[in-house]
Amino acid sequence: MKIVLIAEYRDGQMLSGYTELLGFAETMGAETVMFVAGSDAVLPAYDGKLYLADAAVCGEYNPDLHKQMILDVVAKEQPDMVAFCHSSYGWDLAPRVAFGMKAAQVSEVVEVKDGAMVAPACNSKLRRTVTCKTGQTVVTLQAGAFAPVEGGGTPEVEKIAVDGQGRVVFEGYEEAEAGGVDLSKAEVIVSAGRGIGKPENVAMISALAKALGGEYGASRPVVDSEWVEHNRQVGTTGQTVAPKLYLACGISGAIQHLAGMKKSEFVVAVNTDKDAPIGEVADVLIVADLLQFVPALTEKVQAL
Amino acid sequence: MNILVCIKQVPDMESKFKVAANGTWYDNQDLAWRMNEYDEYAVEQAVQLKEQVKDADLTVLCIGSDKVKETMKKALAMGCDRGAHIDDADSWAKEPFEIAGIISEYAKDKSFDVIFTGMQSQDRGSGQVGVLVAEMLGIASVSTIVDFAFDDGTIKAKRELEGGIKANVTVQVPALVTCQLGLNTPRYPTLPNIMKAKKKELLTIPVADVLKVDARMETSAMYFPEKKGGGLVLEGEAGDLADKLISILKEKTSVLK
Repeated sequence: MKIVLIAEYRDGQMLSGYTELLGFAETMGAETVMFVAGSDAVLPAYDGKLYLADAAVCGEYNPDLHKQMILDVVAKEQPDMVAFCHSSYGWDLAPRVAFGMKAAQVSEVVEVKDGAMVAPACNSKLRRTVTCKTGQTVVTLQAGAFAPVEGGGTPEVEKIAVDGQGRVVFEGYEEAEAGGVDLSKAEVIVSAGRGIGKPENVAMISALAKALGGEYGASRPVVDSEWVEHNRQVGTTGQTVAPKLYLACGISGAIQHLAGMKKSEFVVAVNTDKDAPIGEVADVLIVADLLQFVPALTEKVQAL
Repeated sequence: MNILVCIKQVPDMESKFKVAANGTWYDNQDLAWRMNEYDEYAVEQAVQLKEQVKDADLTVLCIGSDKVKETMKKALAMGCDRGAHIDDADSWAKEPFEIAGIISEYAKDKSFDVIFTGMQSQDRGSGQVGVLVAEMLGIASVSTIVDFAFDDGTIKAKRELEGGIKANVTVQVPALVTCQLGLNTPRYPTLPNIMKAKKKELLTIPVADVLKVDARMETSAMYFPEKKGGGLVLEGEAGDLADKLISILKEKTSVLK
């Protein structure tokens, strides 16, 4: 089996996701080649063939051109599979490449079971096994699902290029809002999810965080509702955190949130739903109404 | 201007799911159904665009059994002008390539200037349909947008990347965008608009008329993830639970010294 691994480069840096692609390839026992639109100044640690496009020329974000170059690599290498990270780059590009290859695409693969791809459904409450009917397939891999493998070595680089402009014009990056809190350094994080019900209840979460000597965070729906500012968001599109204690209040445990807090040392979840996916990663699941439990805990911690 | 927004009806994700008897999907009985959350942002943005450009016609498309008309009525009440219901009782079993094939077959001769979809559905979650529709129609697409502006044939959008970073992009219409959560604040339909929506055109099209592609994959099994175990589950009165948790934290962590 042969897999084309699509590595990612952004703003002068290789992103680390390619090590998980290598971990996936190892699971599959596959031969690999790699593609990246990047720079020869920063190459992945990979002891194999690397098709390298110059991002300064073709654009770091240019779906039409990147798609065409990957299809060129596919035509040359005739792989069984093309693998992307399930990232903003991967999920944007993978369907385009799959369409060009006339291939089936399985998104957000979390596991390979007896050779078949397994993907989550319904906010990770369920899993599904997918069978492809096409000879070649395209997959995107959920972050953290496959243990990273450090490739090591220096790739054998073959430079590639493509003509044209592409229809989507990249105008530049916009960094995250500066200032505010840096959750990545907090030892204790108490996070609020949709289950807190209303914005007034953020105060209760922040009071518990304060009592525990930590910071408060939030899951995406709470940030989108503007109950909590964006720089407190934990998850794929927010901050990745690694506190000693993570207390998830009213958070069901969408995959994107779990990806942001999975490095926490000890996880406590407070939820009325015993079957919420957060329970899968929690060391302790408190099945309770958080409006009663959180103030009770705050009071007792303050009294210590 | 001709605008299309594609929506899906999904179960409320807080529902208690059961695996269906066929073992390949969830049981669709006894579930509360609603508009896919990402699609609510798509509908809102489509309605805002229609309000901005004035001379516009906005169609909402949904694939499914008769039941999905309820969700379509919400989109009509939010401000869509007409509905195209692709009647398919088996839509749950269709994979993204087939769904995209149906939508593009419907759209191919209608000259839509802008097509909106959610970035993914909450149940299947493949995140492919929008981008595939654009590929099939041969138009440009931008996925995962958290900001949208339109001026004189040009869409300016922000794509959400990882870690709070965004990419600013521009694209000329015709184009398709897939909408991320937080793009806008979806409006609640007002009672007068709910009444008006009842009179709006809701055309039903048999799926056989627009399904011209074959499935490229299938879900062969659906199941609950294995419980990893090890995690302690505590139930009881709030004060007792707080005491129990404090002793656990003292024993297992260094945060309560």
